[in-house]
Amino acid sequence: MKLITHNMLTSKCMKGVTVGYPLKIQAVDVKTSEVEFNPEFISRLIPKVDWNVLCGAAESIGHLDDLPKELVENYESDVEFLKKAHRVLLEIDIVNGELICPETGRKFPINNGIPNMLLNEDEV
Amino acid sequence: MWPCMKLRHLEELLQQIDGFDNPKLLLEQYVTPSHLASHMLHTIQAHYGDIDSKLIADLGSGCGGLTLGTAALNAGLVIGFEIDANAIQICQNNINDQEFSNIDIVQCDITSNSFVSRWFKMFDTVIMNPPFGTKHNAGIDMDFLKKGFALSNNVIYSLHKSSTRAHVLKFAKANDVKAEVLAQLRYDLPTTYKFHKKDSVDIEVDFFRFQVSKNP
Repeated sequence: MKLITHNMLTSKCMKGVTVGYPLKIQAVDVKTSEVEFNPEFISRLIPKVDWNVLCGAAESIGHLDDLPKELVENYESDVEFLKKAHRVLLEIDIVNGELICPETGRKFPINNGIPNMLLNEDEV
Repeated sequence: MWPCMKLRHLEELLQQIDGFDNPKLLLEQYVTPSHLASHMLHTIQAHYGDIDSKLIADLGSGCGGLTLGTAALNAGLVIGFEIDANAIQICQNNINDQEFSNIDIVQCDITSNSFVSRWFKMFDTVIMNPPFGTKHNAGIDMDFLKKGFALSNNVIYSLHKSSTRAHVLKFAKANDVKAEVLAQLRYDLPTTYKFHKKDSVDIEVDFFRFQVSKNP
């Protein structure tokens, strides 16, 4: 699971949960896989992302590295910044672990890179 | 015309993808035939440029045929949404075999009311070969389509039985979405299930392109 995906997932679907965001990450196994760098694509992706949540997620799994915690101005033309954003959004892959609902503590397993967001009938 | 991998190469790639080993009737699990999938994806990229460098969702990604084809056509990132663990397992093997890194898969229920949530208008392009809604899940095709409309900030490509064309067009109009039938295709369903009496059944399907309103 990439951090761009984590940035979008919530547990709001659960009974009694009001925000369900951001989900905490308990990572057991994290890998980095190379993805082709496409500055135009990353530039269009950034405004859709909750930057604070992205930084928090990266930090919590020890992969924030040199990513600025504030969005820089005119990032579209800042290739160095876009490369850092690219790495954190697309190249970090949580292979095994758990996502945890911030309100209920309900755990969603991540196995082989795939988060399982399915709920039991009595949780909906 | 937009730059695009040769149709023949795309079809060869999709032919290498494994399908369901134990398809579930309730989920209407049929593999999109490689011939059909490759034509569909080639059209989406070569004629409209809606794959290369785009953020793409595949709803009901199954064993990953459309997902992998989209990744091969240089999607910025494709996220596949699928409910079934067995299909995901096969999909994952397919992804590993082909060594794509521009793919993420999420296991979830697309028909759930809260599915859209933060994914709202996130994607440039949504592709799907939804369940046709013919067996025990009538209406699921329209449910998938509605979720596709919500997820996309631009276009949705989908397959629907030609016999439901008028219904699909009406549904799109009611949702303020422009709909166009790009082609009518013959979907050769091999006898996946025991109730199929012949070796294969041809059904007519429409290949749709939907454009959501830019200023909803």
